[in-house]
Amino acid sequence: MRLVAIGLLAGFFSALFGVGGGIVAVPLLILVAGFAPRTATATSLGMIGITALAGTIGYAFGGHVEVGYAALVGVPAAFGAVAGASFQQRLHARTLTYLFSLLLVGIAVRLLVI
Amino acid sequence: MTVIVIAVALGVVAGILSGMFGVGGGIFFVPVLLALGLAQLDAEATSLLAILPTVAAGTWRQQRYGNVRWRSSLVLGLASVLGVAGGILLATSVPEHVLRKLFAVLLIAVAAQLAWRARRS
Repeated sequence: MRLVAIGLLAGFFSALFGVGGGIVAVPLLILVAGFAPRTATATSLGMIGITALAGTIGYAFGGHVEVGYAALVGVPAAFGAVAGASFQQRLHARTLTYLFSLLLVGIAVRLLVI
Repeated sequence: MTVIVIAVALGVVAGILSGMFGVGGGIFFVPVLLALGLAQLDAEATSLLAILPTVAAGTWRQQRYGNVRWRSSLVLGLASVLGVAGGILLATSVPEHVLRKLFAVLLIAVAAQLAWRARRS
């Protein structure tokens, strides 16, 4: 039952913002459903496959999905993510995470002013 | 041609960052697609499709480590479809500039969450 509620919420966020929904699902799986962090992340990936597919199909009816752009950005990203995950094992710098947070805030500010 | 090169380069960078920091690709794909000239709603819709290759690769990796609880993934995923319908309904009914501002707030929330996590570790 808890999983159903978490899935509903994650799906809503996913479609509203064009993200996977892991941002919502992972913390909730840990805090509400008692999953270990690693299991929560991995299990949410399985969910996102279904969530993102449903979102894509839903938006495609309105003609909002640009398949060419999705392939151009999404396929190279899959390779990048594999590389990124292996860097993660080696470096564990706090400063780097702060810089990354700053980058996100920078993008947010830009989106707020344009 | 230039657009293709930029799109691929930004895609690789987005993938590396999401792999490094353990956040989903969507949080980057949307700004990247906006930079490439897509409207907010189209960027979000396209981001959902762009996520799938990264998710497939990630799931395959995690499945080898035995970390994926498939039954739970299935329950979560099926329940999420209903949430997705609600999300699309809301996203398509608010003006795009409002949607973009909401997305910016989401970015700040993710940044705060990451910084908090880093501070505690």
